[in-house]
Amino acid sequence: MQLPLFPEAASTMARQVDYLYGYLTLVTIVMSVLIFGAVFFFAIKFRRKSEDEMPRQIHGSLILEITWSIIPFIVMLSFFWWGAQIFFANASPPSNAMDIYVVGKQWMWKIQYPEGQREINELHVPVNRPVKITLASEDVIHSFFIPAFRIKHDVVPGRYDTMWFTATKPGRYHIFCAEYCGTEHSGMVGWVTVMTEADYENWLAGGGSEGSMAEQGQRLFEQMGCSTCHQLDQQGRCPNLRGVYGTRIQFTDGRTTLADDAYIRESILNPNARVVAGYKADVMPTYQGQLSEEQLLQLVVYIKSLATTGAPGAPTANSAPAQGTQDTGGRK
Amino acid sequence: MADPHGVVAEHAEHSPHLRHHFDSMEQQFDSATLGMWVFLLTEIMFFGGMFGAYTVYRSMYPEAFASTSMHMNPAFGAANTAVLIVSSLTMALAVRSARLGSQKALQIFLVLTMIFGIAFLVIKGFEYHEHWVDMKVPLFAGHWDYSNTPEFPHQAQYSHQAQILFCFYFFMTGFHAVHMLVGVGIMITILLMARSGVFSSQYFTPVEISGLYWHFVDIVWIFLFPLLYLIGNARKLI
Amino acid sequence: MSTALQTPEVAESPNYLNSEYGWRSWLFTKDHKRIAVLYIISITVMFFIGGIFASLIRVELLTPQGDLVNSDTYNKFFTMHGIVMVFFFLIPSIPATLGNFFLPMQIGAKDLAFPRINLLSWYIYIAGAIFALTAILLGGVDTGWTFYTPFSSTYSNTFVITAAVGVFIAGFSSILTGLNFIVTVHKMRAPGMTWGRLPLFVWANYATSLIQVLGTPVVAITLALVGLERAFHIGIFDPAIGGDPILFQHMFWFYSHPAVYIMILPGMGVISEIVTCFSRKSIFGYPFIAGSSLGIAIIGFLVWGHHMFVTGMSMYASLYFSLLTMLVAVPSAIKVFNWTATMFRGSISFDTPMLYAFGFIGLFTIGGLTGLFLATLGVDVHVTDTYFVVAHFHYVMVGGMVLAYLGGMHFWWPKITGRLYPEGWARFAALLVFAGFNLTFFPQFITGYLGQPRRYHAYAPEFQVLNVMSTAGASVLGLGYVIPLIYFLWSLKYGPKAGNNPWRAKGLEWETTSPPPTFNFDTPPVVTEDAYAYGSENHHEEERHG
Repeated sequence: MQLPLFPEAASTMARQVDYLYGYLTLVTIVMSVLIFGAVFFFAIKFRRKSEDEMPRQIHGSLILEITWSIIPFIVMLSFFWWGAQIFFANASPPSNAMDIYVVGKQWMWKIQYPEGQREINELHVPVNRPVKITLASEDVIHSFFIPAFRIKHDVVPGRYDTMWFTATKPGRYHIFCAEYCGTEHSGMVGWVTVMTEADYENWLAGGGSEGSMAEQGQRLFEQMGCSTCHQLDQQGRCPNLRGVYGTRIQFTDGRTTLADDAYIRESILNPNARVVAGYKADVMPTYQGQLSEEQLLQLVVYIKSLATTGAPGAPTANSAPAQGTQDTGGRK
Repeated sequence: MADPHGVVAEHAEHSPHLRHHFDSMEQQFDSATLGMWVFLLTEIMFFGGMFGAYTVYRSMYPEAFASTSMHMNPAFGAANTAVLIVSSLTMALAVRSARLGSQKALQIFLVLTMIFGIAFLVIKGFEYHEHWVDMKVPLFAGHWDYSNTPEFPHQAQYSHQAQILFCFYFFMTGFHAVHMLVGVGIMITILLMARSGVFSSQYFTPVEISGLYWHFVDIVWIFLFPLLYLIGNARKLI
Repeated sequence: MSTALQTPEVAESPNYLNSEYGWRSWLFTKDHKRIAVLYIISITVMFFIGGIFASLIRVELLTPQGDLVNSDTYNKFFTMHGIVMVFFFLIPSIPATLGNFFLPMQIGAKDLAFPRINLLSWYIYIAGAIFALTAILLGGVDTGWTFYTPFSSTYSNTFVITAAVGVFIAGFSSILTGLNFIVTVHKMRAPGMTWGRLPLFVWANYATSLIQVLGTPVVAITLALVGLERAFHIGIFDPAIGGDPILFQHMFWFYSHPAVYIMILPGMGVISEIVTCFSRKSIFGYPFIAGSSLGIAIIGFLVWGHHMFVTGMSMYASLYFSLLTMLVAVPSAIKVFNWTATMFRGSISFDTPMLYAFGFIGLFTIGGLTGLFLATLGVDVHVTDTYFVVAHFHYVMVGGMVLAYLGGMHFWWPKITGRLYPEGWARFAALLVFAGFNLTFFPQFITGYLGQPRRYHAYAPEFQVLNVMSTAGASVLGLGYVIPLIYFLWSLKYGPKAGNNPWRAKGLEWETTSPPPTFNFDTPPVVTEDAYAYGSENHHEEERHG
């Protein structure tokens, strides 16, 4: 008869979460035993012995109240502190983490690797290397949950979410969708396979039939007409995208942002939300509804792959376009 | 027929309006007013939820907001504000008349308040009609369609954001208008009660608590007007 | 054996039950006690409807595959179970029944401040229930009781608007009850009944009423927006057209977190009444229990984000909500310690109400502490949206709230009906409830940590043994609920008559007849002693520590 209490611990954070859980469980057991015990003990020791018995009345004790307020609160602060530490660690992927892209849709997980592999409901990762997962949803809110790694993150439509882990033990572990999403919510399950480094290289070498994500993104860049305006080797009427990823962008209203995945996605779907300083609004059309989340991720990976090559007019906070912009739009 | 609790005898000593679970008219009056204040507190939370959601979206889409606020007609809004403020004055005077036992004055002020309330609703009706004619009611297909309108520079992608904001405009003013309608209904009821001589300087609780309700609905509008009509519309007014 | 006193047969005095007969005298009554009885009947019906859905869920979960019903049907089961239990049982339960009946009596009033609004609130409850039942009969809702967008606003093909309207309407019932209680406590206390002498049941209902009045309108407007979005396809919460689904969650939980305190605070008030009576001791730490009720009500409005730690909320917001959730646990802990201390050197009797109070204290402790697991960020990431959460909230809602409701019903049954229930059967049922409950829900902590997500029609096979245990427990628990239904009804006709005060309890409600007269007291009471003045004969021997 199988009666496990803990799932496998297969990531660097898993054991830490288990220790904290153990601490919480210990405190719970101690408190429950104390309370149950006191109630039980008092009930027996002070049980009514005669019908007219009337005990002496005790109204309270300020010292007791203060003591049993402060001590539990301090214990709770220790829970908070330790929990916050783990939470912080979970929120900060190491800079050398490898990227994998996961799109959730009713009712499956579609996984894309930068090298071009695509999988449904299967995730392959190497052992002992940090992996950063970028999550996107095509429809409703889902949640990507790997119990063995003790991590979970909601996948909210309309934006990107990220999570990261470092797997420590080869094996196959559950992936569950953990946010109710409709009919086959409980069917939206999969497996993460943790492989040794060598096995992973072999697996990667299988490759994707359509080329890497960046190559797929490049094809989209041309097919969707992006290259008409965003010419990569000269200044066009739109910002040059070479080397843009990871730099700081300034907008017409003076605010700035880091050019990350979310910014690229927003620029494609909602280009007039924030316009780069020195450029005009209403030039770039929106691609809302024309690209799936997977295609958007391919474009993101492509733009990320564009190295800085010193092309003229690479956008900086102070650059102005080389020519006046016309309001003719770049529509196909 | 016994009267074990002395009920009949007691009746002779107190106002016919005293409900039997209360000990005195004062307790009854205090309870009624506290009850109305608590109810108005729930209304604040109700409208507050909508105001909160509106504020979140406005801060998310400042440009779409700017384009929608150009469609408000501040003249209508200002007229409504004036009408409501005057109606609050007549309502306050009605309550005062009730306290003083001036029956005629009470009825006149109630009628005036009603007239101003109805005027508010009529002006609102004109305003909604104008929006309908301009195809700006996003609840209906074909309305608020930016794709063919060259004077709106931000293209179709804004139509959804602007739709959301204009929807909030209709919900907030719509819920407010429903409350005004209920207020007019209350005025009619109070007026009928006044005409049948129910009120006196000893008993005017329904007038008092109706006054509280009316002032509250007025105050909600005082918040709605600048939020929806004035901010972002300053150019038009100057 | 029971310590309740039986009085010899006497001619039945005029009371609220026999003062008038006929359905009109009930459906148009203004008497808070009759309205409470109307609520007891309606809430019991809704409880068993919710319980049927729970049984269907547990039967399906005997096997890992989804083989009893199809997925859509299962999704409707857990949704309807949640909606009916939360909005039509837990939220109204104690305030609308025991609160309606006893709050006026405990402060020495003849009725609530607004008797007709009280009756209106029952009719509104019934209207809301009719909408909810209509949604069920038309084919059900499958969004989960939490109605998360964009699934509920755009994707679900079920009767979302009907159900949302039912909840919206029922919310007004809750608001009116709260409004009535607040004004009553402020304005209608008998002479001598100062705030510091109020029974803790009154304090608990007062704090609950504050939450009802402030929180419920927000969920009303939230559900109204979802309904409008479904009807007009606007996109307030649909990200594909500019909406923010997380805004829905913030607005929803802004009410729904305080709502759980609406559910538990009145139960805590009942426990204060029971523990004092059956220990024959004044409550230990009266100002702290009263103050902690207010504290829970206020801080409870500041912690809603702890339901959203994995949604991608900002780090700082998450830290804030985690910290404040730790804070809100403190007043609850204070109550548990004070109840336990009340028993110290008391004169304890084991009547059924006290058995339920024992169960409450222990199970609420576990439920409350497991809430801290969820408040702890690092652990929450793993256990949120799993059966761990399901176990946690059933421990506080069933192990806490339902046990308090049953304890209160047993405690006050003689007063409400003038009859005694059979103590032997009652104790047996209480033990069944306790045992069945733990067998049902304790395994769920384990399956949750193992990773079994909630709202799953089919689950991974390694979770089966624990699920079978859980279902077995549910059958015992169900039996524990059915037995009191039977003997309570039986006692109405065959139960021995109860005297004014079968438990020798302190409290104004015990100083009048069982059942009470229509206007509660033959002569209006004047209060001269504190609450729970047990042993007031021995006033000079009062001990004060600290």
